[in-house]
Amino acid sequence: MPVTVRLPGALRDATGGETKLIASGATLRDVIADIDRRHPGFASRVLDEGGALRTYVNVYIGEEDARSHGGVAAKVPEGSEVMVIPAMAGG
Amino acid sequence: MRGELWAKLESANPAGSVKDRAALWMVVAAEEEGQLGAGATILDATSGNTGVALAMVGAVRGHRVELCMPDKVSLERKRIARAYGASLVLTDPLEGTDGAIREAQRRAREAPDHYVYVDQYGNPANPLAHELTTGPEIWRQTDGRATHFVAGVGTSGTVVGVSRALRPRGVRIVAVQPDDALHGIEGWKHMATAIRPAIWDEAVADRHRVMGTEEAIAMTRRLAKEEGIFSGVSGGAAVAAACAVAREEAGRIVVLIADGGERYLSTPLWE
Repeated sequence: MPVTVRLPGALRDATGGETKLIASGATLRDVIADIDRRHPGFASRVLDEGGALRTYVNVYIGEEDARSHGGVAAKVPEGSEVMVIPAMAGG
Repeated sequence: MRGELWAKLESANPAGSVKDRAALWMVVAAEEEGQLGAGATILDATSGNTGVALAMVGAVRGHRVELCMPDKVSLERKRIARAYGASLVLTDPLEGTDGAIREAQRRAREAPDHYVYVDQYGNPANPLAHELTTGPEIWRQTDGRATHFVAGVGTSGTVVGVSRALRPRGVRIVAVQPDDALHGIEGWKHMATAIRPAIWDEAVADRHRVMGTEEAIAMTRRLAKEEGIFSGVSGGAAVAAACAVAREEAGRIVVLIADGGERYLSTPLWE
């Protein structure tokens, strides 16, 4: 189930410079694992040691905050857009 | 610890954060220069707190305020800014505050007669506010015995201004940044990967430290439970850095806590 994943510039170093990727997976956990297979180390940037989203990483599936739909267990409908949002810096 | 910690709680300012100081001084400077005539609108890019502060100052002094702010900043800050009467332009959250800066610059370029772009990242009134208020207050409130000042770097106005006021008195300045481009310390800038504020000058600090988000969050929660200080995560980050200084050096170490935890109640910080 292909989905589009958009990443902030702050994660560019974890994906070989890409900020827009096509990935697949039925849940957010699967999507992150799919990206991690191609870009090892990506998952550890957004997930903590327990496999949950890091407190400061916000992920939206479409307009919905993934945390409100089970966090990494949130369903990712085919064709949807997943956005990883950074903290808002400076002022 | 070898040093003692004194915290300056900027949540006690009228609109709830350290940004009230820069906002007031930037607006007053624009008024004194005759820029804020009838029909003029104050414009700036903000991650939230400066926007809230500008909105409050604009409400008090009778100016319209328009704020470029990344979509997905905490709900509280958007609602508070709107409550003070500001209008918001929400920018691509993936571009963060830098995207909001670019949008504010574009609007100011296209309608220079309509907007007064106060530009907190480049406005000398920002550090001047801290040179003339924050620094002298700290000196007075510590009975002239402050030895260190620890604060995070966002626009850098606080560190630059306080340094100008207190370094000549022998106070050592410690500037702290996030340790990674992807961080959760809202309000702080990872300078190596962000648009560099024109007012920033590394030379104003005696020491530069970095802070991780996990340690900052843990300290933010600990501050509430053990000290009764309900802070935003940047306050926890600053205190964690100040504790590291206090373990290494003796003295009266002043740490600035920029805002309160209420502003983040809708975020995972307090879940």
